[in-house]
Amino acid sequence: MSTTAAPTTTDGPRPVRNAAGEGRPPARRAQHARRAAGLLACTALVAVLAVLSIGIGAKTIPPGDVLHALLHPDPGNDDWIVVRTSRLPRSLLGIGVGIALGLSGALMQALTRNPLADPGLLGVNAGAAAAVAAATALLDLGSFSAYVWCALLGAAVAAAAVHLLGTRGRSRATPVRLALAGTAVTAVLTAVVNGLILLDPLTLNRFRFWQIGTLGGVDGALIRQVLPFLAAGALLAALLARPLNAVALGDDTARALGAHPGRTQFATMLAITLLCGAATAAVGPIAFVGLAVPHVARLIAGPDQRWVLPYSAVLAAALLLAADILGRVVLRPQELEAGVVTAFLGAPLFIALVRRKRISEL
Amino acid sequence: MTSRTPLARPRPASRPQSAPPRITRLRALHLPLPGGRPALSVRWDPRAAAVCLALLLAAAATGVWTLTTGDFRIPVPDVLRVLADDGNPAYTYIVEELRLPRLLTALLVGAALGLSGALFQNVARNPLGSPDVIGFTVGSATGALVTILVLGAGTASVAAGSVTGCAVTSAAVYLLAWRGGAATFRLVLVGIGVSALLSSANAYLIAKASFTDAQSAQVWLTGSLNGRGWEHAGTMAAALAVLAPAALLLARPLRMLEMGEDTASALGVRVERVKAAALVVGVGLTALATAVAGPVPFIALVAPQVVRRLTRSPGPNLAPSAVLGALLLAASDLAAQRMLAPTQLPVGVLTGVVGGCYLVYVLARQWRAGQG
Repeated sequence: MSTTAAPTTTDGPRPVRNAAGEGRPPARRAQHARRAAGLLACTALVAVLAVLSIGIGAKTIPPGDVLHALLHPDPGNDDWIVVRTSRLPRSLLGIGVGIALGLSGALMQALTRNPLADPGLLGVNAGAAAAVAAATALLDLGSFSAYVWCALLGAAVAAAAVHLLGTRGRSRATPVRLALAGTAVTAVLTAVVNGLILLDPLTLNRFRFWQIGTLGGVDGALIRQVLPFLAAGALLAALLARPLNAVALGDDTARALGAHPGRTQFATMLAITLLCGAATAAVGPIAFVGLAVPHVARLIAGPDQRWVLPYSAVLAAALLLAADILGRVVLRPQELEAGVVTAFLGAPLFIALVRRKRISEL
Repeated sequence: MTSRTPLARPRPASRPQSAPPRITRLRALHLPLPGGRPALSVRWDPRAAAVCLALLLAAAATGVWTLTTGDFRIPVPDVLRVLADDGNPAYTYIVEELRLPRLLTALLVGAALGLSGALFQNVARNPLGSPDVIGFTVGSATGALVTILVLGAGTASVAAGSVTGCAVTSAAVYLLAWRGGAATFRLVLVGIGVSALLSSANAYLIAKASFTDAQSAQVWLTGSLNGRGWEHAGTMAAALAVLAPAALLLARPLRMLEMGEDTASALGVRVERVKAAALVVGVGLTALATAVAGPVPFIALVAPQVVRRLTRSPGPNLAPSAVLGALLLAASDLAAQRMLAPTQLPVGVLTGVVGGCYLVYVLARQWRAGQG
């Protein structure tokens, strides 16, 4: 793909760097329309899955009754109680966490220019886990809201450490550097977690249930707690789409285009920390969604971050909801945690991607 | 925000991660064979040999320290007397039944991990190609967890389960990465995928188990040498006796592979066969080490990296990696036993923290010097 500037003409917009619609406005409009339609279709899919997710479970509620229960509050109706107190919060949380994981995965892959980066790579997951383990072992915290705050704090501290480590020295942090720094910090924190949970049986007992990653047993209060962080992260992600497109051309080109690579990098790390930290805090570490979904998004929408980010968000929400529903169906009346299902769905998908000659370059 | 460099200043070009390669003068050592046949010649590198010797001395010092200190201080002469079979009975019990087998197990497991790490990293030509990254140790952990938690079996079967898990996992990774040849990057990527799948399965098994089972499984998962005795040392010694010579035979073709697969192939190296052989030997070493001590993190990743900086020699550096692995694990186990005494930390906690900190330090130092 050539990056030489096209001769500037006074008529019409400059050609975009895009294989299909190079410099042909009508074709580009059609492409935009196709992508927008695809995005709408994915959003509709999320809505359908949300209704299914409210209806399916130990007590099956037909879609009609689900809609009725949603529209007409009726504390005397069993369906309404089930929907309102457990299934609706669970579905909303699934959508929110899915969006967060998809966005942070896409941001992470754009930031490190590494198609294999996942949000956990920055040490965010390990930081959250270490904080939860330390808080349980040392402060004996039990309440859910305390967990959330600890996990967020841990995620932020770990991400800050990775960032400091990656940006020390004379030259700016390179993507490879950040990835290596993240790996090292994750390793240290994982060992710390292992030490903590082995020295304190109670911590082990709580931690082993948290580390699977499940949407079960949530309540509305939890959603209200993590929502501000998710919203802030998503907003930041939306603002970052264009700068990330510029940075993808290489730092020097990006500067020439008026972007600020250093600033963009910092803001991206902040967004990943907010999104991934809040998601991990709410439901535990969930594997693979952030890694695999952006690849599918790029397959559908090409390399433009303005499309990749929204596609990643809705596809990840769909995947997480589907995994949660599947986990409720497979072992009825037992439940299989969403984190296990995503790993078992995501790993084969990922391996298939690796086998398809080349992983999409960034 | 983070960039304090003015726009015009040229950034230093990124240099390769390792120290600049030294021009190595390999010496040939001619060994006359009996029967008047031509001599067998062995190539060796003086600097690598010196590094090996220094590391061996350090390992020996660690061994002496391990045997003489602890809850009962036993002076060196008494330890020597015990080893020469005429010590006092109490000392004999402590040294021969408790400290010595554990020390030997640590040295042998460490050597196996260092060696397998060197093999894997050479085949993958990537520091992240170590067995703990590409899922083989996770696979052995899954095997062990299934035997502990699902079948409720004893120690002997745990070893069998972990070897089985490792073999099945590595075969699966290799086959899944195979497309007219196992390209190394595909091998690492498939390994990461399989590894993530299995870690999730491990977490699930631990969450569903009874609490006591979960606890013993978690100790095993961290990697520990607590209560290891002669049978473990014997297992590892037998494994190394078979696999180490096989690994050393692969050193030369592996060194050719560093020139690139096409060049090596043109020079008569059977690339796929050498890679497969190196992987089989590496998997065997990893599987047995994991069976004996659990998946001890970082030794396999760090030992070859440090050795490369010490010997400054290209090539697989198999022997020094093995010696450094032994030294690292023995020293870590010594620290894990003595640091929080009487609380015994599993050695895996220590290798994880220390290995991770070492990695952080190396990266920070490199970057401060302005290298990529």
